[in-house]
Amino acid sequence: MKEELTVKAIENGTVIDHIQADKLYKILSIIGIENFDTPVFFGNNLPSKKYGTKAIIKIADKYPSDDDANKIALIDPKAVINIIKDFKVVDKRQVQLPEKIEGFVKCFNPKCITNHEKVSTKFTVVKKDGKIGLKCRYCEKITWEDNIEII
Amino acid sequence: MKNKSLISINDYTKEEYFRILEVAAEFEKNPNQKLLDNYVVASLFFEPSTRTRLSFETAIQRLGGRVIGFSEATNTSQAKGESFNDTIMTISKYADLIVMRHPIEGSARYASEISRVPIINAGDGSNQHPTQCLLDLYSIYKTQGTLENLKLCLVGDLKYGRTVHSLLMAMSEFNPTFNFISPSSLRMPQEYKDYLDSKGIKYNEYEELEPNIKDADIVYVTRVQRERFSDLLEYEKVKNVYVLKNKMLDGTKDNMRVLHPLPRVNEIDVDVDANPKAYYFEQAENGVYTRMAIIALILGLK
Repeated sequence: MKEELTVKAIENGTVIDHIQADKLYKILSIIGIENFDTPVFFGNNLPSKKYGTKAIIKIADKYPSDDDANKIALIDPKAVINIIKDFKVVDKRQVQLPEKIEGFVKCFNPKCITNHEKVSTKFTVVKKDGKIGLKCRYCEKITWEDNIEII
Repeated sequence: MKNKSLISINDYTKEEYFRILEVAAEFEKNPNQKLLDNYVVASLFFEPSTRTRLSFETAIQRLGGRVIGFSEATNTSQAKGESFNDTIMTISKYADLIVMRHPIEGSARYASEISRVPIINAGDGSNQHPTQCLLDLYSIYKTQGTLENLKLCLVGDLKYGRTVHSLLMAMSEFNPTFNFISPSSLRMPQEYKDYLDSKGIKYNEYEELEPNIKDADIVYVTRVQRERFSDLLEYEKVKNVYVLKNKMLDGTKDNMRVLHPLPRVNEIDVDVDANPKAYYFEQAENGVYTRMAIIALILGLK
């Protein structure tokens, strides 16, 4: 089964590929799919040579900002972003987890200043035993990946 | 260090710790130096902490500075609904330095980002209390003549104790060995043990107090707080186990000193107070000199 047949091809736009199947809805939500006004196609549980199953998202006429790419990397660091022009892939890049994350993740510590005042969150990315964590610049607590909540 | 806020113990380098200890020793020799003539320091205690506040205010007064501020948030504009942001913005226009304690974690870091003048964190919730840590270092240095290669016993609530966590981090620069002595439910959290492992620092964990302090250079006692126990029966079991008594100090090293961040409740029996190894009241006194040093260095007066 060729995936082009499963999820419609787009002429111009972005294809987010190789998403782990269980991360699809989280990624749709963090890139703010409900605010898009151009066609969006997605498929889940598609066959993948690398992971068994995968998800894919195709967004017509929209290109991701660095912030979008960072958000995607945080949820699924193995995802690949393809930029499409005239049905062809003109740029293909693996998302990269940045060293710092600003503004869009909530600090899970209810006693943190960022949950009490209008203070934009700022984190340093840390890794332990294959898990991603975000260390808060303010309260210095770590929000581990299972607790990550996008603002 | 001039104009550099002190928010977290990790903000300062080992060299800066030593500079603070050096200046604290100068102030101890000559405590009344009017370096802060014409300076106004704001002392903002959004939650009450009598001991820390009086220690800071004594340090400011001994330096000849003037203090403005409040000792609890109930009568302030915050009670009228002013944001923390606006309080700090305003007061940073009045004073030359802000000392603040606040129950919200990260509040001091945020204040340092918006304030025109430097901030000294006098405690932000369970997060940081760096001047306590520096006065502990000063007390250890003064009594042992060094910070290197010491054996420290940390006793009591090692799980929630902010003081012992900061002390552990700061002392880790100096090749220590630790004995952690606590009830099993209040053990040192794994993240700190991982940190020690990563630095190759040795530590042991015990539940029994008396036999495990004999080879210590420093016994640092903290309070086991009743409110930390969900099971009050468990509290009743441990509350009398972690009481340091004078007799237990028999056979300890001559240079050993007992430290406690105070207030003490019953974790050190009053019969220890007369023992020359009891050092907690001197430690509190050292707090004034250490805070004088920190204030003078941040204001660029030393």
